[in-house]
Amino acid sequence: MSIIANAPELVRLDNVTMHYGRGPQAVQAIDDVSLSIRKGEFIAVVGPSGCGKSSLMKLISGLHMASKGSVTVHGKPVTGPLKSVGMAFQNSNLLPWRTAIENVMLPLEIVEPHRSRIRSHKAEYLEKCEALLQQVGLKGFTQKFPWQLSGGMQQRTSICRALIHEPEVLMLDEPFGALDAFTREELWCALRDIQAARGVTVMLVTHDLREAVFLADTVYVMSNRPGRIVKTTRVDLPRPRDLEVTYTQPFSDLVHELRSHIGGRH
Amino acid sequence: MNDRVVQILAPTLFTVAIFAIWEFACRAFAIPVTILPAPTQIWQALVQYRAPIIDNSLYTLGTTLAGFALATVFGLLLGVAVGWHKAIYAAVYPVLIGFNSVPKVAVVPVLILWFGLGAIPAILTAFLISFFPIVVNVATGLATTEPELEDVLRALGGSKLDVMRKVGIPRSMPYFFGSLKVAITLAFVGAVVAETVGANKGIGKLMLDAQAGFQVPIVFAGLVVLAFLGIVLYAITAAIETRFTGWAFRGQNRN
Repeated sequence: MSIIANAPELVRLDNVTMHYGRGPQAVQAIDDVSLSIRKGEFIAVVGPSGCGKSSLMKLISGLHMASKGSVTVHGKPVTGPLKSVGMAFQNSNLLPWRTAIENVMLPLEIVEPHRSRIRSHKAEYLEKCEALLQQVGLKGFTQKFPWQLSGGMQQRTSICRALIHEPEVLMLDEPFGALDAFTREELWCALRDIQAARGVTVMLVTHDLREAVFLADTVYVMSNRPGRIVKTTRVDLPRPRDLEVTYTQPFSDLVHELRSHIGGRH
Repeated sequence: MNDRVVQILAPTLFTVAIFAIWEFACRAFAIPVTILPAPTQIWQALVQYRAPIIDNSLYTLGTTLAGFALATVFGLLLGVAVGWHKAIYAAVYPVLIGFNSVPKVAVVPVLILWFGLGAIPAILTAFLISFFPIVVNVATGLATTEPELEDVLRALGGSKLDVMRKVGIPRSMPYFFGSLKVAITLAFVGAVVAETVGANKGIGKLMLDAQAGFQVPIVFAGLVVLAFLGIVLYAITAAIETRFTGWAFRGQNRN
C-alpha cells in the first residue's frame, strides 16, 4: 500500500460529466465524477447495473469524450483513444478463426512499435505470447481454438490479449461475470499474481463486492444512473492476499460496509 | 453403417428411386414421349446428341463462371463498402433492392440490344442476378461485428481499416462463402435465361431449338445436364467454403 501511495498519479478525472447522444434526448451516464489512479494501483468500481461503470472505462480509455470536466492521463488531456490501454470484457470476444496464441498476438499487430516489427521478429513475439499464456496456466493450450477452451480458459486468454502489449492501464469490464464461482476464484488469483508480477495499473469494473475487496487497493462505489461516486474505500488488507482472507472478519466488514452504500431493497 | 457410407448411399438411393418411379410411371401410363419422356429415352438422347450437348454445356458453363467471377469480385467490394459506413449503406440499399426486384428476363433484351447476340448478354445476366446475395451477406457479416471487439482494437489505436482487416472481413467470410453457394446457382439460372431469350449458342439455345423441333427428349436431356452441372458447381463452392472457413463449423468435422 505504502509503495502505491507514493507512486506518481497516472489517471486523473476532475468533475467529469458524460452524456450519450446530444440535445434533449441525451442520456447522462456519469455525473460529476472525480478520481485519481496512481501508477501500479488496482482500483475497482462497483455499483448496480447500468450505473455507468462501463462508461467510466470508455471515458478513461478515450473511446468516449467527457461533456464536462477533464480527463488526464500522465497529466495530458485525453483527446482520443489511448494506445496504452488493454481491455477485456465479460464476453471473452476471442476471434474464433485464430488460435489462443494468435488471439494474444492481435494487439501486437496494431500497436507500434510492434506493428512494424512483427513480421521480421515473429519468433520472438510468439515466444513472448507463449510465456504470458504459460504464466496464466495455459501451457499446452496455446494452439487450441477458442471453442476448444473452457470459459475460464477463454477468459484467461482474453486477459493475456489485454496485457501482451504491456499497457499502462488494464481495463476489465466484469471479466469474471459469466464464470462459475470456483473458476472465478481461480481467476482472481491468476489476476492477482499477474498484476503483482507486472505492476500494471488495473481498473476493474464489477458488481461482485468480494471480488472488488479481494483484488483492489481502492474501491469506488457508484450510484444509480447518472453515475456518481458515493463512496471511496481503501482496502488495507496486506498483500499478497490469499483466498483465505475472504473468510476473515476484516474482509467481511469491508464487504458489508460497501454493500450498505449500494441502493436497492435489502 | 458408418456416417460416410450413409452420406454416399442415402442420396444415391434416393436419386435412383426418383428415376425408377419416373421410368415406371411413363411405361405404366404409356405417357407420350412428346409430353414426358422416360429416363431411358432421355439417356438415349444424351448419348446420341452428346457432341452438341457437351459443346453447348461447356459454353454455358463458361458464361456462368465468367458472370459468377464478376459477381464475386464486385459483390465483395460493394459488400465491404456498404458494411463500412452507415451512410453508404443508407445510400445504396434502396437502389440495390429496387434493382434486385427487376426480373432479369426483362433486362436481357436490353443487353442484346446493346451488345448483340453472343456471350456478353449471358455473362452480364449471370452477373446481375448473382451479385445481390453476395453484397447482402458480406454487408451483414460486417454490420454484426461485436462492438466490444471494435472497442478492443480502437482502444489500441487501431484505425477503421485495422478493424476491418483484423475483425470485420475475416468475420464476414462465412457469410461470403455461404452466399457463393446461392450465387453460383443463380448465375447458372441467369446464363440459361439469357440464352433462352436470345443467343446463338449454349444449352438454353439448344433446348429452345429442340423444343421448336418437338425433340422433347433433347429438351429433357438439357434439363438433366443443367441439374447435374448445378450440383457440381454447388459442391465445388461448398468445398471451398469448408476449406476457408472451417472455423465456423466448429466441432462438426474437426476437433
